[in-house]
Amino acid sequence: MAKVNRKFIDEVGSRFNASACMSCGACTAICPMETGMLPRMLFRFTMLGQDGKIRENEDTIFSCLLCRMCEVNCPAEVPIAENVRLLRGYFDVHVFDLAR
Amino acid sequence: MSLPKKHVLGILADNLKLRKSVLPLSRRALTRWARGLDIPYGGETVLYTGHMYQLIPKIGAMANRMAKFEDSWIRRWMGLGRVINRGINLTRFMAHAKRKERRAYDRVLRNIALLLREAGVEFGYLYGDEMYSGALLHDQGIDAVLLPHARRLQALFAEHGVRRVITVDPHTTNMLRSVFPEMLDGFDVEVRNYLEVLADYDLPVKNPLEMGLTIHDSCVYARYEDVIDQPRQLLARLGARLQEPELSGKMTHCCGGPIESLFPGKAHEIALKRVEQLSATGCAVAVMCPICMVNLKGAANGDGPGFFDIADVLAGAVLDDPSPVRQTTDERKER
Ligand code: SF4
Ligand code: SF4
Repeated sequence: MAKVNRKFIDEVGSRFNASACMSCGACTAICPMETGMLPRMLFRFTMLGQDGKIRENEDTIFSCLLCRMCEVNCPAEVPIAENVRLLRGYFDVHVFDLAR
Repeated sequence: MSLPKKHVLGILADNLKLRKSVLPLSRRALTRWARGLDIPYGGETVLYTGHMYQLIPKIGAMANRMAKFEDSWIRRWMGLGRVINRGINLTRFMAHAKRKERRAYDRVLRNIALLLREAGVEFGYLYGDEMYSGALLHDQGIDAVLLPHARRLQALFAEHGVRRVITVDPHTTNMLRSVFPEMLDGFDVEVRNYLEVLADYDLPVKNPLEMGLTIHDSCVYARYEDVIDQPRQLLARLGARLQEPELSGKMTHCCGGPIESLFPGKAHEIALKRVEQLSATGCAVAVMCPICMVNLKGAANGDGPGFFDIADVLAGAVLDDPSPVRQTTDERKER
């Protein structure tokens, strides 16, 4: 079972906002990257505090085009591209040490 | 496999911190396009290039070089490259843009300035004092490095009394119009893209376009900045017969460019998909973003109907110079 890290969501930042996501999968179905992971699953992992799963998906997170094709089709108006950008910010600070 | 993110992003972030641009170019290279145009320095309204068109030939050359590194042993030495780059701007020597490419992108900027002038719009230019917008670092989420840069840009506008900015590409438009007002207190500069500005005017038609044209919408214009109708209005008024590709407007398909710096291979696959959709119309393609241009052209590799910057297309119809679009499509027909 994946370990839950309650601090993780704070480290991603308060602007991360996927609470309206109803996990319909419309975003994943239309995503040109066709990874099956972008973006819905990443939001689940984040909200569940599974930082290990997020770290495993570093390449997926950085390969998002931020093209917003998914957002146009999201029935819950989740700010998907901004959320992905914030996940990158987590890596920049906590993995790549780029914040200084 | 991607290029080592920590080091590639580190080099770009260091460059922005130390040299005010992700890939610093000389003042001469940045302002060469404006030579002989006598654009006044500064003013309340400025044409702001944000360096994107000047950077793209270099970025294209770098991307080709980096694509070769993606699966090679050189990846392992990029950490050392980052350390050296802090003292000596290594990115300057890594790849050189072709002269022909540089001229083509400079010509787009000239055409934009001349079109605005033809419409009667008055504007200045900050020449070598202009700064890169920081779009690439924003995309990568490196806000801690972007913020001080954004403040420098805000101070530049304040120092020169700039109140209105006319941008030339989607990424700079997005940074100045949507990102900085959220990020900075009191950033209240009015930002419009040149296509939005030109759409307000009835440009004189000297050489009607009378040709089929396919529009490739940039994701950033279409889905971030709502610039969809203006380019269509401008081209239609000048006589183009517009063709919509399989995915267009709000549903446009990305060119792959945003992931070029880390995943050149995947970026190429996305660009190929888009080239296929665009080529299916059989018409020349009007492109509105230099990043889209370099990716789509690279993927097409000389095949297909041809890719043209929309400013060159408009200039061909409105200015006295012959259109590079018309010339090239005629040449293709003759082949
Ligand atoms: S389309 Fe929106 S609501 Fe549906 S899974 Fe994706 S983010 Fe959640
Ligand atoms: S923004 Fe990212 S997740 Fe959304 S469609 Fe584009 S590539 Fe896929």
